Amino acid sequence: MIETAAREQRSAEPVVRPVRPRKLGKVPFVELADGRLQGVVSSGSDLARVYVSSISAATHGFSCSTNNNRPCGGLSGGSPCKHLRALADEAVLQYGLDRVTRYLRVEAGDDDDLMSRLDGTREAAPAAGVFSRFLRHLAYLELPGSTAPIAEMHWFPAVSAEVR
Amino acid sequence: MLGVQLAELTGAAPDGTEEALDLVAGFDDALAHGLGRLGGERSAALTALAGALDATPLGPAVREAAEKIAAGSVTDEHLAALAGGRTALFGAVHDALLGRLDAALGRTRAGWAEAAIETDAEAPLLGAARSWLQELAITGWRGVDHDLVSASDQAVEALLADPGARRLAVLLDGLAAELRASSPVATMERLPVRRWADLWARALLLCRPGGRSGLVGREEPGGRSGPVGREEQGSVGREEPTQVSGRLLILGVDVHEHATAVQAQVHAVLEPAGGARPRVVRVSVGAAKVDTIVGPAVWRLLDAHPTLLGALAERRGLDVTDMSLPASGDLIWHDDRAALAEPADPFVTARVLLPEAAFPAVPPLERHPVRIAEPVLVEGHRIGDGAVELDGHTLALDLDRLPGLGPLTPAMVTAAEACVGLVRWDGGRWTLQPLAVRGTLKRKPFEAHGGDWAMGPTDPKVVKAEAKAGDAVAVLRERAGRLLRR
Repeated sequence: MIETAAREQRSAEPVVRPVRPRKLGKVPFVELADGRLQGVVSSGSDLARVYVSSISAATHGFSCSTNNNRPCGGLSGGSPCKHLRALADEAVLQYGLDRVTRYLRVEAGDDDDLMSRLDGTREAAPAAGVFSRFLRHLAYLELPGSTAPIAEMHWFPAVSAEVR
Repeated sequence: MLGVQLAELTGAAPDGTEEALDLVAGFDDALAHGLGRLGGERSAALTALAGALDATPLGPAVREAAEKIAAGSVTDEHLAALAGGRTALFGAVHDALLGRLDAALGRTRAGWAEAAIETDAEAPLLGAARSWLQELAITGWRGVDHDLVSASDQAVEALLADPGARRLAVLLDGLAAELRASSPVATMERLPVRRWADLWARALLLCRPGGRSGLVGREEPGGRSGPVGREEQGSVGREEPTQVSGRLLILGVDVHEHATAVQAQVHAVLEPAGGARPRVVRVSVGAAKVDTIVGPAVWRLLDAHPTLLGALAERRGLDVTDMSLPASGDLIWHDDRAALAEPADPFVTARVLLPEAAFPAVPPLERHPVRIAEPVLVEGHRIGDGAVELDGHTLALDLDRLPGLGPLTPAMVTAAEACVGLVRWDGGRWTLQPLAVRGTLKRKPFEAHGGDWAMGPTDPKVVKAEAKAGDAVAVLRERAGRLLRR
């Protein structure tokens, strides 16, 4: 094998691999950001309603509310609601179990249920902020395309999802 | 490409390359630790960078910046001078490497005409981007955390809304996403220090007045002065684009993407109407995206260019009429001025036309080794250890650059009897990025081009997987329609 150059000395070194494809209908938005696994989950009953769910990496505390900040009824018992479970499942599909557990600083094997490995309790989280990040995410799809070359994109080669 | 050509290409690095890269590495190390608290050794690295530029017009500014920053004053102007100095060094490395490639392959490349430097008015949007870049430099990569990354959000959002600032916006968004995924960076074992310093330096230059006019291929006529071939280091200029018509023969497509942007860059040979010398050109079409749109679905974001995508998918040539072609060789695409032509074989195009074609100049601000992507045909080779071998000389294959939006696999590439690819240089070595391959696998002949799935995948297994995952683009566009316009 020809010796590969050190990561430190490569300009086009892939840092973030493409995420894995998944169905987006139920959980249109998932991200590992701001120290949380957070995202937006569609309501099962009302097309116009979405839930904002998040789990803190530092405390494993969880939160779920509508985008209008009404608390999710499913949280009243003190355990995670179905939206949080859907969020965790889709995050594992999108990023892989390894990346999610590393971000949340939790140990979980392939056969473990991620939610059962978290021992946080219900806590307040900024739903409005996550929801506005979701809107910003969607706004990318409204930006006009371009035919002017972007030379800077040479630093971002399209690569395979798996390391080769 | 012949063995003797490959031998010349991959021979000892051009004189001065290693020394230049050592100076860059010293600067990059300082940037990783933060310019706000330089120790003696790292201050010396900045002084060494300045020393290398003493004889150039940038010399005094870089020297002053190195001294002031060592004394603790990290201003915007000083950072711009250092970014300029680092960029000039990489520009020289780029020129030496591309010169080596052209000499090895016997190619003639146009010089860059010195153009009027357009200093557009200071855009208010750039201030926020600059102060974020300054904050990053003072803190150093190792000090980057979630709060510092989030501080870029507003700047990026504002820049994205301005089509004239797309280059800077896309660059900053890509850098921020990597820093976000890596935060807190202090816990990372090995940092991509050269890469992040590259992105930082380019962003800082794009933030300067005049940086925006570095956009090649704007259609309004630009000033032109001075003879072809005269060059000025670091000047941001552009030449008046010419209008061209003719037959466009595709060599292959190179796709660039990060979470929120995609660009398909088509490498092709233009046979101008009227029989002038064929010219090697690049066509770039791009779109904004989100991270959950991946694989073949990405092509759907480029559906504003059906003729171009059709030519890729059907392996055809294109007849183009009155398109703008700046000196950089970046043909500015207008899908309505193109028509599908006869089927065209990229292996034939490469074999017949590349040896006689004219190659375009590289705009000064774009001179960095990462932009080197030169089309070649490799055949009659052996493959072993992840490299092609011609007469005992080897060129490493880049098997990572085989994205899921196209049919090429490592198995195909390593079984290929002929390969059209791009010669690139990174991390001190030359590589071959395959664009189209032809060969025999399990006793069956195959041929695969990177753009084969531009109008949708043709492999039944991939079609099935796509159907199972659902239409991500449609789902998100529907959500956007419902939520953004409420």
